[in-house]
Amino acid sequence: MKKLLLATAASALIAGAAGAEEIKLGMSLGFTGPLESMAPGMAAGAELAMKEVSDSGLLLDGSTVVGVRGDSTCVDAAAASATVERLITAEGVKGIVGGMCSGEAIASLENVAKPNGIVMISPSATSPALSTIEDNGLFFRTSPSDARQGEVMTDIILEKGINSVAISYTNNDYGKGLADSFAAAYTAKGGSVTINAPHDDGKADYSAEVAALSAAGGDALVVAGYVDQGGSGVVRGALDTGAFETFVFPDGMVGQALVDNFGSEIDGSFGQNPAAEGEGREKFLEMATAAGFDGTSAYAAEAYDAAALMMLAMAAAKSSDPAVWKDKVMDVANEPGEQILPGELAKALEIINGGGDVDYVGGAAIEMVEPGETAGVYRQVEFKDGAMEVVGYR
Amino acid sequence: MDILNALVVFLNFVFIPAAAYGAQLALGALGVTLIYGILRFSNFAHGDTMAFGAAITIIVTWGLQSLGISLGVLPTALLALPFGIAATALLVLGTDRVVYRFYRVQKAAPIIFVMASVGVMFVMNGLTRLIIGVDEQRFDDGARFVITVRDFREMTGLQEGLAFRTTQALTLVIAVLVVWALFWFLNRTKSGKAMRAYSDNEDLALLSGIDPEKVVRMTWIIAAGLATIAGVLYGLDKSFRPFNYFQILLPIFAAAIVGGLGNPLGAIAGGFIVAFSEVAITYPWVKVAGYLFPNWEPGGLLQLLGTEYKFAVSFVILIVVLLFRPTGLFRGKSV
Repeated sequence: MKKLLLATAASALIAGAAGAEEIKLGMSLGFTGPLESMAPGMAAGAELAMKEVSDSGLLLDGSTVVGVRGDSTCVDAAAASATVERLITAEGVKGIVGGMCSGEAIASLENVAKPNGIVMISPSATSPALSTIEDNGLFFRTSPSDARQGEVMTDIILEKGINSVAISYTNNDYGKGLADSFAAAYTAKGGSVTINAPHDDGKADYSAEVAALSAAGGDALVVAGYVDQGGSGVVRGALDTGAFETFVFPDGMVGQALVDNFGSEIDGSFGQNPAAEGEGREKFLEMATAAGFDGTSAYAAEAYDAAALMMLAMAAAKSSDPAVWKDKVMDVANEPGEQILPGELAKALEIINGGGDVDYVGGAAIEMVEPGETAGVYRQVEFKDGAMEVVGYR
Repeated sequence: MDILNALVVFLNFVFIPAAAYGAQLALGALGVTLIYGILRFSNFAHGDTMAFGAAITIIVTWGLQSLGISLGVLPTALLALPFGIAATALLVLGTDRVVYRFYRVQKAAPIIFVMASVGVMFVMNGLTRLIIGVDEQRFDDGARFVITVRDFREMTGLQEGLAFRTTQALTLVIAVLVVWALFWFLNRTKSGKAMRAYSDNEDLALLSGIDPEKVVRMTWIIAAGLATIAGVLYGLDKSFRPFNYFQILLPIFAAAIVGGLGNPLGAIAGGFIVAFSEVAITYPWVKVAGYLFPNWEPGGLLQLLGTEYKFAVSFVILIVVLLFRPTGLFRGKSV
């Protein structure tokens, strides 16, 4: 009798385990290349979410999830496509966190993920081009499009009554994409852009650039650059020559370094950056510290969210097949349902398994809009008396 | 009033920046031309010699600052400058001893010297980065401005403002002093005359009892001084980053060649020609034109070249001069 019971129990266990599988998720991130310092934090973030779900044992009858890292290089589209090809065909991944940079993300999505029907959720590709791409519902991102920031910036500037601006952008995809989308939004709403000129990072002297911006004129200068690169150089030059007194700072410029560099010289200037503050952010930072990596590393929270969304969508679809669960990503990311913060993935899985709804918030305040990207909440800041003040969110 | 406003815009955005930049180039080109005139090769390591001198000066400046020593409104770096020059002089004398003297004894062709200087350039490159790192360093202190835009507007009541930075003023004053001292040395002192004699005809100079090794040493020490002063002024006025000094090597050579390699006057003229061309060609003249011709609406920025092509200007000047006047405007030695 005892033996029979044991055997029954054992067979029940085996039967229970039969539905469980080992799900692989790929991570196509730029472990080498110009953003190599950011990639480890992002991979760690994504792996943190996978571990959390595996440990809970609540996904698809106790399936475990493992991450497979691949190098997207950030700049080499062919290498990124080859990496994604390997992840899909050789490793058999069910979804990919990536790509990291807009160019390689587009290439690997078009060439590999789309033909193979694999979902990609990018934590960090912000190019407006990814909003309009034909993706068969396979591409999502947990970061907002720069087109959105262009619109937010336009609204802020127009509300201040500034109707003409000059733009100086850092000479790369980020700077150009942001400057162009802002210029389009701003002119569409009646503002005028006097000049939209690039500056190169790492130069000793920006007096020529500032001279050009000054000659073109405008009531304010939009600096779509990096605060510890040419962006600050341009601001310095503009202040010294009296070319501009009011500056508009997008996300690459907003930071403590700006206050340290210029103090009260930039009083009256303003800017915005994606709002990463909030309960979810705090929780993610705690978890990252406990797991032994720096959660403040750029886009680490977004990578966590990308992986979490995939696994919640799998649970909601009751399948690890990307063709099935791709339709559930928007459902788990948005209302209705209970709000889910980082570290609450087990709770979310319980709710989903019980037939309930979840609204994933995560570490980066995820709120998905069509076509599969976050709306992006921006923090509006102003500079007063040598300090940076948060004046609101939009 | 409008003419005055146009003049102020021109001074603020073209004349003052170009004059300061030109003075920095001229000091660099003087060093290059001196070595070309006396040692007879193009020293590609000159840019990195400037970086090394500036790096040592920065470190001494930090030391002085931490001791609480300052020059009031002037940058402390001026006090540290002699230390930088001394260290750089030792470095180039050592380099000459280890590298160039070997080839000089062999009477090697100039191209071999040039290639050796490229090697020296890479070594100095690495040395500077080992000492101070690759990042940008700030070491300017004292008053930032002689005239600020706001003060100028209040003073004159003009619509346009004029800024004149302390470092720009310093650059111009020091450049004039250094050039005066160099010409006095070359024309009036015995050692200076010996250097010129050696430059004109090596064999005749030897026959007249001039010690060639002494001339070579003097040349290196003067070149090190010029390089360090130019490097420190450039770093004070703009910003110090070792890579920047590699980048200004091209404008410096353009300046030296435009003026005529081996001709000190030519190096100075060349420095200002290159600097003014770079700034004037990439400057949009629309604002100046707007004041001068109020009824004319050009509809564009009146900019000949985008600012990102600034360095191309020195290339073009270099090519044009080499095509039409290979010895340079002031009849230097043929390249």
